[in-house]
Order: sequence, then C-alpha cells, then structure tokens
Amino acid sequence: MSRISRWFAQHWVMGVALLVLGYLFLPIAVVAALSFNRPSNRLSYDFNEFTLDNWRNPCATSDMCDAVLRSAQIGFIATVAATALGTLMAFALARHRFRGRSGLNVLIFLPMATPELVLGTSLLALFVAGGVPLGFWTIVIAHVMFCVSFVVVTVKARLSGMDLRLEEAAMDLYASEWQTFRRITLPLVLPGIVAAALLAFSLSFDDFIITNFNSGTTVTFPMYVWGAAQRGIPPQVNVIGTAMFAIALLLVLATTLRGRRARRAALAAPVVVGQTGGRS
Amino acid sequence: MSALAHLGSAHSAPGAPGGPATARRRHRFLPYLLLLPGAAWLLLFFALPLLQLAAASLYDPNGSLSTGYALTWAFGNYPAALQAYWPQFGRSFLYAGLALVLALLMGYPLAYAIACKAGRWKNLLLVCVVAPMFTSFLVRTLAWKTILSDNGWLVGLLRDVHLLGPDGRLLATPIAVVLGLTYNFLPFLVLPLYASLERLDQRLLEAASDLYASAWQTFRRVTLPLSMPGLIAGTLLFFIPATGDYINAELLGTPKEYMIGNVIDSAFLVRLDYPQGAALSFLLMSAILAVVFVYLRRAGTEEVL
Repeated sequence: MSRISRWFAQHWVMGVALLVLGYLFLPIAVVAALSFNRPSNRLSYDFNEFTLDNWRNPCATSDMCDAVLRSAQIGFIATVAATALGTLMAFALARHRFRGRSGLNVLIFLPMATPELVLGTSLLALFVAGGVPLGFWTIVIAHVMFCVSFVVVTVKARLSGMDLRLEEAAMDLYASEWQTFRRITLPLVLPGIVAAALLAFSLSFDDFIITNFNSGTTVTFPMYVWGAAQRGIPPQVNVIGTAMFAIALLLVLATTLRGRRARRAALAAPVVVGQTGGRS
Repeated sequence: MSALAHLGSAHSAPGAPGGPATARRRHRFLPYLLLLPGAAWLLLFFALPLLQLAAASLYDPNGSLSTGYALTWAFGNYPAALQAYWPQFGRSFLYAGLALVLALLMGYPLAYAIACKAGRWKNLLLVCVVAPMFTSFLVRTLAWKTILSDNGWLVGLLRDVHLLGPDGRLLATPIAVVLGLTYNFLPFLVLPLYASLERLDQRLLEAASDLYASAWQTFRRVTLPLSMPGLIAGTLLFFIPATGDYINAELLGTPKEYMIGNVIDSAFLVRLDYPQGAALSFLLMSAILAVVFVYLRRAGTEEVL
C-alpha cells in the first residue's frame, strides 16, 4: 500500500466526521451572516447588503422582543418548578425503596417517548374539555410536564454515580442528617441539578409544537418566528438566534474549562488519600 | 434512552449497616412525600390528557366546539381519518425513514471519529455536535430556506454541474424536507451512539486485526454489534420526533409534502375538528409504538427501554 492510500485509510473517518460537522454548522453560519443583512424586501431570505443596524436595534420590531421576554419568563418559571419536582423524584428513586416503583418509572419515561404532537394535542383536549382558558399559564403547565422527566433522568444519573460512603462517613463523624445533606449530599448533586435546570430552560425556551397547541393568543419567541415565517422574517430574528448560540456556547465552554481545572486539581488529591489510606 | 436503562437498577444495596440505613427506616413515608408533587403533575397533565384525547377521538363527529361534543363511542372516526389522510401518514414514515438512513450514513462515522479517533479533541468535537441546537429550532430551519433557495449558491452549483435541470429546485421539494429532518434530529442519533462507542474496548479492535480481520470485517463483526445499544437508542430518539414533526414540511415543503403533523395541526387549530385530530393523534402514536416494538423485537435487545 502506498503511503498516500495508507494515510487515507487511517483518516477518512475523521474526514467524513468533519464534513458532517460542517453540515451541522452551515445553518448557524447562515443565521449569523443574515443577522448582518439588510434584506431587499420582507419576504426575501437571501443576503443583500451588510449592515450593523440589526444588532444596534434588536428590538426594532417590538413584538419580537416582547415574545423573547415572554419565552424567558415562561422558561424561568417552568425551569424552577420542573427542577424542584424532578429533583425530589430523583432523590426518592435513587435513595429509597417503595412500592409502585416500576409504574412510576413508566410514568416518567413515557412523556419522553411520546411524540410532542400527541403531548400537545392531548393537553389541548383536556384544557378545552375543562374550560380552562389558554394562555401564559397553560404554556407553563405544559412545559413543566415535559421538562420534569428530563430533570429526573439527569439528576438521578448524578445521584447514582455518587459514593454513598461519603455520607456514611459524615454520619459517623456525628453530622446530623440535615448537616450531612447540606454539607455533603447537596454540593455533590448540585452540578447535576444545574445541568438539569439548564436543559429544562433550553427545552422550554425552544419548544414550539406543544406550545403551539396550548398558547391561545399568547406569543412566545418560537411562536413569533412561526407567525413571521408567513409574513416575512425581520432580520432581528437572526440576531436573537446568533446571540442565543453565542451565550450558550460561552456557558458550555466556561463549564468545560472549569471542569478541566477541577480535574487537574483533583490529580493532586489521590496522592494524599492514598498515603493516609496506606497508613491505616 | 440508554440512560433510561438505569432507571430501575440504580438502587444501592439495601439495608447497609450504619446511620443512613436506620435513617431510611425511620422515614417510611418520605419517598412518597418526595414523589407526590412530581407524580401528581405527570398524572394530571400527561396521563389524564391522554385519556381525554382518547375520549375526544370517540366523540360524535357531527358535533362542534361551539355546540359541544357528545361522547358517542364513534369508532368510525378512526377508519374515516385514515382513509382521508393515508398519503400524509405514509409520507411521515417514508420521509422519517429516508432521513434516518441519511442520518445513519452521516452520524455513524461522526460518532465513531469522536469516540475513537479524536484523542484530546474529543470534548470539543462533542460540544460541536450539540452546539447547533443552542439556536432556535425554527431559526435553524429557516436558515435552510436561505441555503436551498432558488438563487442561492447551492442550487446554482447543482445547476452548473447538471445535477439539477436549468429550472430545477431544492426548496419546496421532498428533498428539502428530508434534508431538514435529517439535519434537525441528527444530534439525537449521534449522542447515544457516541456513548456506546466510547465504552468500546480498543483492545478488541486490535485483537481482531491481529487475527487477520480486514477493516470491514472488524467493523462488521466487532464494532457494529458492540455499538448496538447506542444504535438502537439513537435510531429511536431520531425516528420518534422525526415522524411527528411538521415544521420542516411546513417551512421547507409545500402542501404536497405535508406530513401527518400538518394535518393534525390544522385539525385542531384551523378546522377545529377535534374528533378527527384526536383520532389521527392516536393513530400516529400507535403506529410509532408498533414500529418501535417490531424494531426492538428484531434488534433483539430488550434492555434499551
């Protein structure tokens, strides 16, 4: 085999992978580019002329900013509620034995396996049958419902990976149950809870299908984009899209870097633990 | 979904001696208290609505929202809905299936490269897979409208090399819808696949090539079978939302490309025909469940769920 074909045989998978990543990022690049575009007319999706106006006045179309704000409010309330409910359930599932466990697992798993369309239409059927007016709070109820399961799974993964001996050690050292929870358990689970909350917020903020059925006349950001797609998209939508991407990317990179620093610090720790362990 | 496999098994060894065990015994009702709010929420706003939807699908089709519906156990709603909309039904599964094949062709090399070839770049590449989802789903899909548009560079290029006729289009064709579906759900396929490929013991691959297996044989007999749990979870996570999606068909297609989601959306929100919308929703759900069930049987793995 020649050197070239050997090199090719070793690297073609990586080549394909990079092409696929290019495919994944292509629309992001387009969104970023269009955020600097002055469109030739309302219904045009093509790049016309460079401008900074969209970034200078992101709220030029004020109803869009109202929609973004409303999405953030709904996302915040739904995240707090779903994280609280889901974390409690995760603790019960990871730490306790009780009857009806398998039934509960099904109840938590099913919303994640059900098509969003069915979740949305069934809630609508319930609200209409119950005479509940659709709006802000029906959206919140729906979002809490589909976020809870994801929170349970995320927090539970963190809990079941935890070393129970740490809590036992605290109790052995006469920490009360509350102290053990406050000083040992909670700090150890917290990264899982934060991850779950971030996941819940992004699910809620970006949800369209379920919201579409349960929003009445309330307009969230995805609902606004959906409506505007028929009337012509203001370029500011792309500003929001680009900003969302940048903020989330910064958050992720920051936590990754912090994790790396923590891991480097932890490299020193086993030596100490190993020594004390050896002495006893 | 592979994460869900742990749902039932995570409980630690019971009755461990010492403080926590006695504490656990003292709190016999604690787990129920912890579970109550969340479980009540899911029962009220997930399980109960499904029952209501089932009831709505059996309403008298002659009723209306303004006059009220009567529950007449009208099972005829189901065949009627299916007869009226079977093309959209078939299209949902066809498009989702085609998108799945494309996604597998792209997603498997990607997951494999990140898990086995990326070395110190592993985490960064993984972030790159998830990163596109940080932007709104709808905004991303609209970006495809720009990429595929008639005077965009892609269509121009394809016309120049005669892959498209002089007035051939991409936008508003089935190709655009399938591409959009592939794009939007690809990360759901890649992530579980990556998780199971990452656990793959590299020494097995070395052993295979030591025993004179070709690269293809190693893949076929070692890598592929060992990545099966991730592959199954990934295909399901891809296929379920792709079948129920109607955003891609609406934004990138025309009514000729409409999927069952478009019909359900208009039944509930435009035509206000609740019995039909509910019947179609249930048909969609049972069709998906049937496909998933047959697929899991075929794949022979029961540990996924």
